[in-house]
Parts: sequence; C-alpha cells; structure tokens
Amino acid sequence: MSFLECRAVSKSYDGKHALKGVTFEIKDGDLLSVVGPSGSGKTTLLRIIDGLEKADSGEVLLKGKTIFGEPFPHRKMIGMVFQNPVLFNTTVFNNIAYSLKFRGEEGETIKKRMDGMLRLLRLHDLRGRNALTLSGGEAQRVALARSLVYDPDLLLLDEPTANLDPYNVSIIEEVLQRSNRERGTTVIVVTHNIFQAKRLARKVAFLLEGELVEFGDSTAFFESPRDPRTLSFIRGEMVY
Amino acid sequence: MGGFEIIVEGFTRALQILFSGDQEILGITLLSLRVSLTATLLGAAFGIPLGFWVARKDFHGKSVVTAVINTLMGLPPVVVGLVVYLFLSSSGPLGFLRLLYTPEAMIIAQMILTFPIICGITISSILSLSPKLKDTLASLSAPHLWEARVLLNESKLGLITAIIAAFGAAISEVGAIMMVGGNLLGYTRALTTAIMLYTNMGEFATAIALGIILLLIAFSVNLFLTYLQMRSRVRRTT
Repeated sequence: MSFLECRAVSKSYDGKHALKGVTFEIKDGDLLSVVGPSGSGKTTLLRIIDGLEKADSGEVLLKGKTIFGEPFPHRKMIGMVFQNPVLFNTTVFNNIAYSLKFRGEEGETIKKRMDGMLRLLRLHDLRGRNALTLSGGEAQRVALARSLVYDPDLLLLDEPTANLDPYNVSIIEEVLQRSNRERGTTVIVVTHNIFQAKRLARKVAFLLEGELVEFGDSTAFFESPRDPRTLSFIRGEMVY
Repeated sequence: MGGFEIIVEGFTRALQILFSGDQEILGITLLSLRVSLTATLLGAAFGIPLGFWVARKDFHGKSVVTAVINTLMGLPPVVVGLVVYLFLSSSGPLGFLRLLYTPEAMIIAQMILTFPIICGITISSILSLSPKLKDTLASLSAPHLWEARVLLNESKLGLITAIIAAFGAAISEVGAIMMVGGNLLGYTRALTTAIMLYTNMGEFATAIALGIILLLIAFSVNLFLTYLQMRSRVRRTT
C-alpha cells in the first residue's frame, strides 16, 4: 500500500483550474520535490494534502484513508511549513512547544523534545526571544521546528527557503534530509528552485498550469525527462 | 461669580477634597469605581466569548448579528436606564429581586452598556487577524480551546482597547445609574450623579471638584490599561 496517493485531484477557483486531475503516489519515507513555475498549482496541492482545502473532485488517500478537507484523524501526523510562516506573539520556545501542548504532551516530554529540536535547528540562543522579532531565516527555522517537534509521519513544505540567505538554506536542507534519513519522515517539498529539487529529492513531480506533466525518480527526471516541457523547464528555457 | 472663577475655585476645592480625605466624597468615588469596574469586567466576561464566537463561526445572518452589536455600541444610557428600571420596578418582571435603587442595579445597567462595546470590538479584532494564522493553527491541529487562547492572545491589543472604551463609557455615564440607582447618599450616589446634583443645587465649585476627581480616576485606570496595550504593541514591533 502506498503511503500517500492522489487520485485525479482537481480544484478550481472562480472557474480557473488550479489542479487538473493530478494523480501520483509515494511510499513511506520518500522525499518528493514538487516543482513548477509560479501559479502551477503547487501550493494548492499541498493545502489539499494538509486538509486546509477540499478538492473539487478526486481524492487523497493517506495510509489508505481518505482526506476530506475538514480536520481529519491523520492531521496530527502531518506537519506543514508555509512559505511565509505566521509565528505567535510569544517566545520562540512557546511557539515550538505549543505543537506538543496541542497534542496533550506536558512536562518532561516537552523539555526533552524541545532541547533536541532547539539544538537541531540552532535556536537555543533565541529560545527566550519574542518570535515576532526574528529575521526571516530564524522565523522559518522556528516554523520548521514546530512542525517537526511532534515527529510527523509526513512533512509538507511550501517554498521553505524562498528569499533566505545561504546559511539558513543550508540548515533547513540539512534538517530535512536528516529527518527523512534518520526518522523516516516522508517529505514533500514544493520549490521553484530546480537546483534545490536536484539536491534534495529522490522523486520529483513537475506541475504546469495545474497539470502533472511528469513524475518520477530524481535521476531520470533530470537526466532523461520524457516530456519536452519538463526538459524546457529544467533547462531554464520556460518563461514564467 | 464668573465661569472662570468657578472653575478655579473648583480646582482649589478638588485639592482640598483630595487632601482632606472627605469620607462622603471618598465613599462616592469608591462606589463609582466599584460599579464601573465590575460592569466592565462582567461586560468583558460575556462580550469577549460572544464576540469570539461570532467572529469565528460562519452562520446564516452573521452580518445582521454583527450590525446589531455594532449598533448597540452606541446605546443611549438613559434608554438602558429606562428599560432596566421597568424590568426591576416592583411591577416589572424582575421586581421580585428587589434590586431597584441598589448598586447592583447600577452594575446591571452599566454592564448592558459595556457588553456590546466589548463584544463589537472583539469581533473586529478577531476578524482582522491574518487568515494565515487560522491556517497555521488548523495545520498544527490546535484543539478548540488552544485555538481560542492563541487567537485571543494575538488580539490582545484590540481587547485592551475594548476594555478601555467600555470603562470610559461606564465611568462617565449618568443617565442609566441615575434612573436605576436613585442617587441615594451613602448608598447609590456615584461621581456623575453627584455632579448633576451639585450642579442643580448651584454648588458649581463642588461639582467641578468632583469632575476633576472623576477625570483623575478615569486617567489612572486608562494609564494602567494603556501601559498594558503599549507593552503588547512594543513586543510586536521591536
């Protein structure tokens, strides 16, 4: 059984198609990169998988069970990092610890997990700072920490390193790879940065105007794409 | 005596009252504070949860409900006083409670005034929060109580504004508490009703002095609330 399966997922806004019958599946522990130009439906796809939006048609199955769009039992196993994270008006520590408290954790468990997470994302020195005073890169690391701290089975990331400096990009990419490798977290990262996709992913999906043009192993995707539009995108010839 | 001389004498009298520890004035001042602060707290206890619920829940007629609450924010105190009077008078539906001409009746009347102010400002504060914040909470699987706690904390600035506005409306109104309190010396006489009484009696200097005390109290309470508000704002922007 596949870990996550999208079956003919379609979504439109005001008559404009955001996703057109997107179908693919990934296995437990995969690291998938969804690439494509702006407006190709990447964020919509992530929001549907996270249950924040409901597909007009088709379905998403997580471990064989349908995701409906309303809060569903599997949501607690999913972590989502938005492109521009919204942090809460409290300390860095609380911003991350809230995720554990939302799940009923307390005391020693929180302390233990927080120590590990603050160290992993190099946030120890910032733990007492108000999260609203952080730089973009620090804020994104906090957002990643609060989605990882409860050890999700599936981690979704929407352009997590857009506009970040190389230092923060390297920390985030390293943490993603470690979580995938050491914890077995299945990761789907949306990016329009083809080089990042190449560095990170084992599988790649290419979306164009809501259509899944190509899906496959990273090596095959980058070295011998089947669709000429994929080749054009990889070569940077696609104007968008 | 001209108007200006009366104001100057009022200031002098205010200073005398403040430093002499006049028991009668002290009692009137404490009653005003007790009534208005209790009414504001009760208005917040009902207004914040209802405002939060209206803002968060999608239901048929939400715009109408919000418009009604916004309209009630401008309730004339004298109308509130009249309605509460009719309910609490011996022939009214709540006459058996024997609350008319008591401080409790004054609190009820002022609570009816503060409640829509707090509720209305809470609605707009919650509605003005970023939709991304709500997405984030949903994505993190925040239970309802935690969601409420976080969203209310994020709207702290607006909620303090609501409490400042409600307390200001309560401490300065005279129509409602005059009708349901009766201005009884030593029992239901508040600063505003006393000012009216002394003005009618021609004791302008005492009325001015009480007015200055009223302003000082309002200023002190608002200074504290504004401090909380500013602290919240500075944290957000530094």
